[in-house]
Amino acid sequence: MSMRTPLKEVRRLGSAKEGADHFWTQRTTGAANLVLSIFAIWLAVSLIGADHATVKATIAQPIIALPLLLFVTSAAIHMRLGMQVIIEDYVHGEAAKIVLLMLNSFFAIAVAAASALSILKLSFGG
Amino acid sequence: MADAKAERGSQAARPLSPHLQIYKMPVNMLMSIVHRITGAALYFGTVLVACVLVAAASGPDAYATVTGLLGTWLGQLVLFGYTWALLHHLAGGIRHFIWDTGRGYKLETVDLLSWGTLAFSAITTVLIWLYVLFVAGGSAP
Repeated sequence: MSMRTPLKEVRRLGSAKEGADHFWTQRTTGAANLVLSIFAIWLAVSLIGADHATVKATIAQPIIALPLLLFVTSAAIHMRLGMQVIIEDYVHGEAAKIVLLMLNSFFAIAVAAASALSILKLSFGG
Repeated sequence: MADAKAERGSQAARPLSPHLQIYKMPVNMLMSIVHRITGAALYFGTVLVACVLVAAASGPDAYATVTGLLGTWLGQLVLFGYTWALLHHLAGGIRHFIWDTGRGYKLETVDLLSWGTLAFSAITTVLIWLYVLFVAGGSAP
């Protein structure tokens, strides 16, 4: 019989048995970002000085839109996990930590959603 | 810290153990710190990526405004820093992948990989920006 109180589960204290998943997700998205960020740099450089119509036409191509969508998604997951570790390392107040971890998730998801919506609008928005 | 006078009784003044003022940071320690700092910078830098994409999706006027801002010297400086942070974090990630396999832990290898990270990011950033400024004609993106 476990002598542990259920309260620690609710407050997420102790090992949540999710550490390995965190590690592997960070490595998987890191490997994806290795390729996708080189693509993103190439895309940004190739669109320097281009007018809006060219930018729109370029991003509307599926061969560009797909890796760009993957880039913003993978980057958002990777940076959310990374910032989570930074917050857990330096913020020890319970309330501040919980609020910052929530804001971290909001920020990462908002950036990814805004980027993804824009890519889709450039692709399908007419 | 530098003044190592013993306050108690007639004890001789002894040197204190190595402290922050005279501590020489190993390069892998510095690269570890920089990896975290560049990661945090890229975290906030994604706002720039989102801004460019949102502006492009909003129309020609919004896109012209954002690229105009990024084309100022301050905008270019931020983009230069963003490029370096991305490439440095990327190189640091490769270094961590090598270490994840259990290889590269000999001290000389650790130093080599750490200096290699910095060399890679510095050289690729300069090469990309030489291309941007002198071949592509400035004002990224």
